[in-house]
Amino acid sequence: MKRGNILLPAFFRGKRAEKIRRPDLASQWQLMWWKFRKHKLAMVGMVLLGFFVLMALFAEFISPYPPYERNPAYVAGAPMGIHFFEEDGTFHLRPFVYGNKAQRDPITLRMKFVTDTSQIWKLQLFAHGKPYKLLGFIPSDLHLFGTDKGFVHLFGTDFTGLDIFSRTVHATRASLGVAIIGVSVSFLLGAAIGGAAGYFGGALDSFIMRFIEFIRSIPTLPLWLALAAALPRDWSPLATYVAITIILSLLGWTWLARTVRSKLLATRKEDFVLSARLSGCSDFRIIHRHLLPSFISYLIVDVSIAFPEILLAETSLSFLGLGLREPVESWGVLLFAAQSIRAIDQAPWLMIPGVFVIIAVLAFNFVGDGLRDAADPYAR
Amino acid sequence: MDRPMENPVLSVRNLQIVLDNGGSPIQITDDVSFSIGRGEVLALVGESGSGKSVTALALMQLLAQNLKIARGEILLQTQSGSSVDIAKLGTRGKAIEAIRGARMGMIFQEPMSSFSPIHTIGAQIAEVVQIHESVSRQAARKRASDLLGQVGIPDPVGALDRYPAEFSGGMRQRAMIARALVCGPELLIADEPTTALDVTIQGQILELLRNLKKNLGMAILFITHDLGIVAQMADRVAVMYSGSIVESGPVREIFRNPTHPYTRALLEAVPRLGDLDRGRRIQPISGSMPNIYAVPPGCRFHPRCPVAQLPRCSDFAPPVFSKGEHVVACIHGERAFGP
Amino acid sequence: MSELLKVSNLSVKFPKLGKGFWAKPSGYVSAVDDVSFTIRQGETLGLVGESGSGKTTLGLSILLGVRPTSGRVHLRIGDQDIDLTGLSKHELRRARRHMQMIFQDPYASLNPRMTVRDIIAEPLIAGISDKRKLTRAEIDQRVAEVAEQCGLSRDQMKRFPHAFSGGQRQRIAIARALVLNPSLVVCDEPISSLDVSIQAQILNLLAELQTRLGLTYLFIAHDLAAVAYVCDRVAVMYLGQIVEMGRTRDVYYEPRHPYTEALMSAVPEPDPDAVTQPILLEGERPDPAHPPSGCRFHTRCVYATGICKTEVPMLRELSDGHSAACHHAATLKLRGARDLRSPAK
Repeated sequence: MKRGNILLPAFFRGKRAEKIRRPDLASQWQLMWWKFRKHKLAMVGMVLLGFFVLMALFAEFISPYPPYERNPAYVAGAPMGIHFFEEDGTFHLRPFVYGNKAQRDPITLRMKFVTDTSQIWKLQLFAHGKPYKLLGFIPSDLHLFGTDKGFVHLFGTDFTGLDIFSRTVHATRASLGVAIIGVSVSFLLGAAIGGAAGYFGGALDSFIMRFIEFIRSIPTLPLWLALAAALPRDWSPLATYVAITIILSLLGWTWLARTVRSKLLATRKEDFVLSARLSGCSDFRIIHRHLLPSFISYLIVDVSIAFPEILLAETSLSFLGLGLREPVESWGVLLFAAQSIRAIDQAPWLMIPGVFVIIAVLAFNFVGDGLRDAADPYAR
Repeated sequence: MDRPMENPVLSVRNLQIVLDNGGSPIQITDDVSFSIGRGEVLALVGESGSGKSVTALALMQLLAQNLKIARGEILLQTQSGSSVDIAKLGTRGKAIEAIRGARMGMIFQEPMSSFSPIHTIGAQIAEVVQIHESVSRQAARKRASDLLGQVGIPDPVGALDRYPAEFSGGMRQRAMIARALVCGPELLIADEPTTALDVTIQGQILELLRNLKKNLGMAILFITHDLGIVAQMADRVAVMYSGSIVESGPVREIFRNPTHPYTRALLEAVPRLGDLDRGRRIQPISGSMPNIYAVPPGCRFHPRCPVAQLPRCSDFAPPVFSKGEHVVACIHGERAFGP
Repeated sequence: MSELLKVSNLSVKFPKLGKGFWAKPSGYVSAVDDVSFTIRQGETLGLVGESGSGKTTLGLSILLGVRPTSGRVHLRIGDQDIDLTGLSKHELRRARRHMQMIFQDPYASLNPRMTVRDIIAEPLIAGISDKRKLTRAEIDQRVAEVAEQCGLSRDQMKRFPHAFSGGQRQRIAIARALVLNPSLVVCDEPISSLDVSIQAQILNLLAELQTRLGLTYLFIAHDLAAVAYVCDRVAVMYLGQIVEMGRTRDVYYEPRHPYTEALMSAVPEPDPDAVTQPILLEGERPDPAHPPSGCRFHTRCVYATGICKTEVPMLRELSDGHSAACHHAATLKLRGARDLRSPAK
């Protein structure tokens, strides 16, 4: 057993070394990671979340078209399938999509797009397309995929010819962005307020607890709707974005505050905290060196639960037209456009962003489950 | 590692328990063998990490999920000589449930955590009665109050309707003993029952156990690390170290002629009340019990042994010697016991 | 030898919460009731008692970890007698470097998320040493020095507590307590959670460190044999009060209080031929919230008479340095640890 093997973090060890895992030599984070790894669903969730983050960061690269570019040749068109085999059995190594012909339906007099198997539009990886700035500052015109001629709409288009796939990928940014910012604000508020209540106790603690109970007793949905509806309609989209985020986080901090408070109260009584006090440590040092690290893992769990809540809340608000609005697009805003009977009947693919919401929420929940199991490696 | 006994109540042979945590199984106990005669007290002495509690749990098939009996037999014998091998029974099922609580009882160190806090003591004891005997609820309650009286709880009828939290530590321990006695077990396994109690209460509980042993003819497997309790309670002693039994024999023999270096070191390391005049220095044992991931080869005690002989002790398992009922697993046994 | 610590009429009372919405306190529980004693420099005073005796609370209140409700604690710092109870918060923090504590549970007293080096260095870093801050090198050197005194090796400094056994953790705790060179160390059941063979190691280590560094100990324990091994003097506590105090040998072999006699008789001797005859006390320990009237031990005492129910006995000195709080101390013929262990006939 080489010492080197033991001291390397678990991430970098090979399968062979796993057999002689030494729990007695690992740090807290290593122990947590080992436990987390055992939870299969949580690992799946983490991978999915990784994909979402990549989508948000590299949206312009991943989508073949800018989200505002309309394609008049394919309006309200169904998702185009990717094929490897032609109808007559010819195999192409490179996948392709079939072309489309516009046709007027003789009975309803509506324009329909029919697949024209005589047109083959090959898919290209790393195709050149409209130029953009990657991550905001790197100019490029490479897209993950595109066609040599014609167009490809993996999720179809909406009633004005906008590519749903591109819009959905771009919307990841706003949805995740609101969730992240909202959770961060909640976290800071909750940790500070809960921390004050737990550490100082006494009258301050009682007051804060009653205040939290008051807030929690207000029904959330009507409050959100009221606050969101009260936002002036003429605010810039960015201002609305920020305001919605703050509204959501203002109500979400209570749960975290209670967790922080109760963990603080419990940890305060531990012998090692008493020992620190008897050694002459200041209050500040005790809080940040002894108390905080002992429950940071629980906070992470709570944060991972708060994410899907805020995500769903924003989606719901935007879906009802009261949250974010065009041109700032989140999945909820895209779903707003899918609300009519006409959409459900003629272009049901407009609801595909809803699938993304479901997957994201599930992914967060799985990760949260795994984190909860791994949260306290020292629990005896 | 034991002399065959006539008609023992429990006979453990070559018991091996392993820990399965995903990789290759890790040995917790190795080749543990001992017997308990009817109505006698066997003390299983060891420190934490010796495997004594795990062995006790294995006897009742109460091991945790990732611990398994890899090998060996646990034979529970009746007066007539027929026996059942508990090791083969599995942790669930009618067979083991007919034994647990009925023919073998167990009491633990912490009485508070072995009683449900939201049910009365009476209900919990009566429940055991009704599981093993088909009697009415009133009859079960009567039995429960009789048992509580037998273990020395004042006002046993009133105690039936009180909750565990209302009892003191010593009283809870008595209640736990009462629950273990419901079916008149042949063997009581006591896992450090007095470690958490004050010394004056401990005296009361030990006295109670001695009386029960006398009146009911019950055998006791008494697990402890306190040599004082061993000396006062046990008829025979088995000393465990790092998963195996290193020495066993009658209690006087072990205390007067400790042969294994670990047993000798233990006796030297314990301060005694009568010491103040003799000015006796206690001798600690250097190092500590090896952890299960890093077990030394050969004799497990050899790194800490003051009389180890390398390479014999580090390369080979220790040989077993015996003289009468005194058995020891150490090369020095040869000299101590004579040819 | 001068007095290092002087405790005068120390009481620690906790409010009993009453019923009702506002939960106003309805009376008090006296965990420690009017306790006085002194410890001389370089001496070890043992404090024995069972659960509910208040010994842990007493130890903690001496260090002002728990604020005493009344009474005084004088600690000799340098050539001055400082009254700890009268210090401001800041002054108290500075005084703490002279008195430290070792806790019972080595699994709870070390922060599991800090390395051993950081744990031991913490009192140094917490800034209560002299005016200037110490450099990293100075801290490391001091840590290495005290760790070595406690039997820890250099390569163990980088590890986390969960890699160590109970005995080793206790060594870390001792090193942490000693890093500031305190004069008084309160040991609260330092060996109760340890294995038998390790207890001996730690007891010997504590004794050795005392000689080497000139420490003074208050040794709180319920293990009477261990106390006999390390302590010069012993105080026996029952329900918040000291009932007997004196040199270890006197208290153990010639006890003057019935409770001490009962304690001595109850400890099982590791010798199958020495049959102990435990004096089985009647009843249970009373609820500290409702102590009995008069002598608190009278409900369980086999020698109790009428006066014991009505009058509280004072701690009176009976012979040189040996005091007891019992109305019948002068007349009772009690048996000590040796008498109670008669060889079987």
